Amino acid sequence: MLINAKGIDHKKLNDMLRGAGNDFIIEECLGQRFIAAGMSDKHIEINGIPGNALGAFLNGADIKVNGNAQDSVGDTMNSGSITICGNVGDAVGYAMRGGSIYVRGNAGYRAGIHMKEYRDRFPVIVIGGKAGSFLGEYQAGGIIIVLGLGVKDDNIVGNFPCTGMHGGKVFIRAAAGKIKFPRQVLSSPSGSEDMSIIEKYVSRFCEKFGYSPSAVMAHPFTTVYPDSANPYRQMYVSN
Amino acid sequence: MKREGLVRIPSGCAIASVISTEGNRMSGETIINAMVPMHERSNGLGGGFAAYGIYPEYKDFYALHMFFDDRSARKSCEVFLKENFEIIKSEHIPTLKLSTITDEPVIWRYFVSPLRAGLRELQIDEREFIVRKVIHINSRQPGAYVFSCGKNMGIFKAVGFPEDVGHFYRLEEYEAYSWTAHGRYPTNTPGWWGGAHPFGILDYSVVHNGEISSYDANRRFIEMFGYKCTLKTDTEVIAYIMDYLLRVQGLTLKESADIVAAPFWSTIENMSDRREAELKTFLRTAFSQLLITGPFSVILGFNGGLMALNDRLKLRSMVVGEREDRVYIASEEAAIRAMDPLAENIWAPGGGEPVIVKLKKGA
Repeated sequence: MLINAKGIDHKKLNDMLRGAGNDFIIEECLGQRFIAAGMSDKHIEINGIPGNALGAFLNGADIKVNGNAQDSVGDTMNSGSITICGNVGDAVGYAMRGGSIYVRGNAGYRAGIHMKEYRDRFPVIVIGGKAGSFLGEYQAGGIIIVLGLGVKDDNIVGNFPCTGMHGGKVFIRAAAGKIKFPRQVLSSPSGSEDMSIIEKYVSRFCEKFGYSPSAVMAHPFTTVYPDSANPYRQMYVSN
Repeated sequence: MKREGLVRIPSGCAIASVISTEGNRMSGETIINAMVPMHERSNGLGGGFAAYGIYPEYKDFYALHMFFDDRSARKSCEVFLKENFEIIKSEHIPTLKLSTITDEPVIWRYFVSPLRAGLRELQIDEREFIVRKVIHINSRQPGAYVFSCGKNMGIFKAVGFPEDVGHFYRLEEYEAYSWTAHGRYPTNTPGWWGGAHPFGILDYSVVHNGEISSYDANRRFIEMFGYKCTLKTDTEVIAYIMDYLLRVQGLTLKESADIVAAPFWSTIENMSDRREAELKTFLRTAFSQLLITGPFSVILGFNGGLMALNDRLKLRSMVVGEREDRVYIASEEAAIRAMDPLAENIWAPGGGEPVIVKLKKGA
């Protein structure tokens, strides 16, 4: 079903999406927030700029944006998949606890902040370009992969990556050693076990955006993970 | 009516701007459109705009935009104005009655020039004279408030949603080469007309999304130099800080950005260019009281350009785009697309990274 979103507010737009039918194409989207919030079983393709908190609390639906998206994409999502063909704003995958987010371009600050995993729930974010500062801040579970494709800058993850990280893993397509991490996390060249996990998600990324998996994989990766012998504690006060 | 400071409302905001680097003037309709997709970022308790290049026929005079509680407040303030200024023109600011904008004060504008005798007596330049007199009115003249006092520019603000405020002031009828806008969601104060953004002093105007946690430290420091924060709202202090750093101290925009959004000491330590690191260290140390902490994205307007800046942790969003001679800056890309669906090179500046746009020909 085709929805022209011009002049429609977010509430009405979501009411239309909750109505009959599972497949939707939204045209002329301009800043409507909370699109597809909490939805399951829907396939939604968006042309234009969706507003903040796209796919918040997403519960199984599949969203594709043929351009850029704004802040807080996939906020607290449970499951489902979000594909962004352009860049994404700040805090993508905020407190995400399941499902996957694929971004072809760059991500803003705080990608994957406080994402977590639980039993069979395992959140995954793949960023094709570079990520802004505070990548994986307070990360508690799941994985974030940053590929830096087409990025000339040496540093594809900005400043202060993995600050407060206490679970999960971050995989960065760059040689270890160049990036500064906090003392409470460890980084090392990705081993074969990690590489097979990376390959699985990179293949999906390549399939979505038309890259060659072997070309993307033919590069050193770095795994970042919390140092369980030296965890974060007493960050603010000694109590 | 509750004034700022009488009530604390715990609770975001929207900012946007457009500038033509060729100095081509555009009507206020463009910037009003930018605020529409960001409606949810405001709550109807304040909206405002700053416009540059709107008074070419009076460009040599300071345009005082004022709110008065009533006619008698205006009459008594005019006595003060006549003692200090030559008033070239005095008129109502034209407005459109709207059901959505209520409780309006008396809204007036004066085009003035400081009296030479006054300048000689105080031995100060024109701009300092204007600042002192405006601060005098805002702190000592009951029921009178100057909310804009620059040359060839003007601030227009009210309690209401920004789209309505724009129509209320008939901004479609003004032509400016640069516009900034704000939609308010007051976090600490009840939302009075004077407390809406932009805040201005001389031709500097500031729109701000965020909340300054260093407000009182900044206020105590800046008030040592004769400024008075009369509105108990955090953005006001940013306007005075920028006036102090740029006009009084004569620093550059970049240097002032390195003071208010100073890099972390750890970032300075890791700089490969030692000279750069020394400069940043100097600025951080010399003006430590003017470091602004807490989340902010601000746009500073001035005659001839704009500067956008995020706090160094980047706790608020900001996006920049451009096309042909125009540069767009806003809290959300949707706002830029509302101004120009074909805007290009959309990017998000990093925390503490100023975006400075100036007219090619100067102010």
